Amino acid sequence: MEIDLGNLMAFEPQHQFPPQLPSREVLLKECLDKGRELVQALAGALFELPSTQDPDGPLVNLPTPSFRLPREKHLPKPKPPTKWEQFAQKKGIKNRKKSKLAFDETTQNWKRRYGYDRVDDDKDVPIIEAKDTDEPGVDPFAQRKAEKKKRVEKQEKNQLQNLKQAAKVGALPSTVQLAARALPITGTKEAPKKASRDELESVAGLAGTATASGGKFDKKLPGEKPPKHPGKYRKFLPVVEGKGMGNQERQQSEKVLSQLLSKHSHEILDVNKAVSMFKVKEEKKRKQRDTLSTSAKSKPSKRKSFKKSSKKAR
Amino acid sequence: MLKVVTPKTKRAVRALEKRAPKLVENAKKTLILQGTKTSKVLNEVLGDIYNLKKANGGAVRYTRKNENIRPFESGGETSLEFFSQKTDCSLFVFGSHSKKRPENIVMGRTYDHHIYDLVEVGVENFKPLSSFSYDKKLAPRVGSKPFFTFIGEGFETVEELKHLREFLLDLFRGEVVETLNLSGLDRVFVCSAVSPNKIVFMHCALQLKRSGTVVPRMELTEVGPSMDFVVRRHRLPNEDLKKSAMKTASKLPKKKVKNVSSDMIQGRIGKIYIPDQQVGGVPKANMKGLKRERREGKMKKDGNGVKPKKLKPNPT
Repeated sequence: MEIDLGNLMAFEPQHQFPPQLPSREVLLKECLDKGRELVQALAGALFELPSTQDPDGPLVNLPTPSFRLPREKHLPKPKPPTKWEQFAQKKGIKNRKKSKLAFDETTQNWKRRYGYDRVDDDKDVPIIEAKDTDEPGVDPFAQRKAEKKKRVEKQEKNQLQNLKQAAKVGALPSTVQLAARALPITGTKEAPKKASRDELESVAGLAGTATASGGKFDKKLPGEKPPKHPGKYRKFLPVVEGKGMGNQERQQSEKVLSQLLSKHSHEILDVNKAVSMFKVKEEKKRKQRDTLSTSAKSKPSKRKSFKKSSKKAR
Repeated sequence: MLKVVTPKTKRAVRALEKRAPKLVENAKKTLILQGTKTSKVLNEVLGDIYNLKKANGGAVRYTRKNENIRPFESGGETSLEFFSQKTDCSLFVFGSHSKKRPENIVMGRTYDHHIYDLVEVGVENFKPLSSFSYDKKLAPRVGSKPFFTFIGEGFETVEELKHLREFLLDLFRGEVVETLNLSGLDRVFVCSAVSPNKIVFMHCALQLKRSGTVVPRMELTEVGPSMDFVVRRHRLPNEDLKKSAMKTASKLPKKKVKNVSSDMIQGRIGKIYIPDQQVGGVPKANMKGLKRERREGKMKKDGNGVKPKKLKPNPT
């Protein structure tokens, strides 16, 4: 008997049922009795385990299951190091902890290092002193803003690059998806894609063959190549009897001939189709007759028939 | 160009994290569905499996007809895999009924939302849950951890039955737990391989009775459903797939315990933080005895009961 406490499973491989199965009740009884025996054995092993008392009842720690079952999803893959992490490792740079607060000189106050109302925030700088190196006509405040924007953009680009690397090995965080940008809709600005050299060549070839001469007498542009597939693609089966193909052609023509000349020419006739055609014709004829007759008679006749049926029902 | 798409709400974040691959996985969910044609018996079988599994959202039941699901044929698994992805179910039970294979159930598992393995069985001698009458006190509690018993040499010698045994264990075992409450044991699945292609499946309630020893005496009462499974076709997993599906995490990351460290000499050391004692302030004078209501109440009581002493006139 095998007992797997992790799965609470007992297995009795020795037990044999007779090849001639007894009646249903006897069989079920046998199964139940054997099952009870196994459960009892399982409970014996289970109640042996050291238990801790709890108001709800005794608790036991189950061992890990010995009968292993497959996972439902793959193991999570480790995230590849980012470009910065690689660089830091190479240079031996280690992360140091920085306090979240920093002293701001302009406001003489402790402020957050990053984020809203941070140290050296734009809104806290009312005056920027001019330097000798300043170019005239440049707004220093606008410049500050633009620089900041540039830095943020660069960081976003780097992040995307790292995410792409992670996506390659399938280690993208579960909450992040890399999606294609929306297709250009009229009104949105999307830079038109530059056609590649190969594409241009193929298009030029197609356009060349569109003239009456198939591009034979057209003026060639400097550097233009002849079309890649001149001529036709049609193939014929060989006339001469060979090993494979010749036989094929003979069979083909023979098939057609035999169909035409066969004594059982009625087999060529599609009986089903003929029958349906005949039926349709009949139907049409009958309809015409019916319309004539109904127009001749009128409503009363219908009522009469209804009455008849009602009488019958009684 | 690629764009980073992240969920907009915290709820969506939680939902995505729930279905991400993990070191310690969630309990497997089951998708129960049917083909274009079913029978009354099959509907009941699927319904009963759903009833057994539905605790804690463990099962999803699709009741519409599904036209192009043929798990054993190539191209017939596409919509099944899609449903598995959609509902995050990695087990499925698919019922179909035809002249060639009456009362047919295809059971299978998915790995990464692709078909992992398949077992096909026919159902015979089905007795639904509702047809059993027993003392309702015995009825197993919803979502309780079951015992499994497998009886018969067929489960070891016959490939199909071996496979079916593994599948049944996966289907009904519920959540994988570390600690178990012994008083909460109340159900058993009894599976017996009565012939090389047939097993008898029973679901019983468990009673723990006094036996005079530590180990109680177990009593089984059949509570249904019960049926016979006749094994038809089966498909084992691909070797490579099996290898990667059987991988386990070599070591689980330890949960960081705060404020506890260990020392060679002193052993386990715990840090306790106590807020600073406020010494500077004076406690407010809001003692109970000084409250107005109490004062007045006391005055009244005194007035009714014992008369206040008369003030002595000043001897001047």
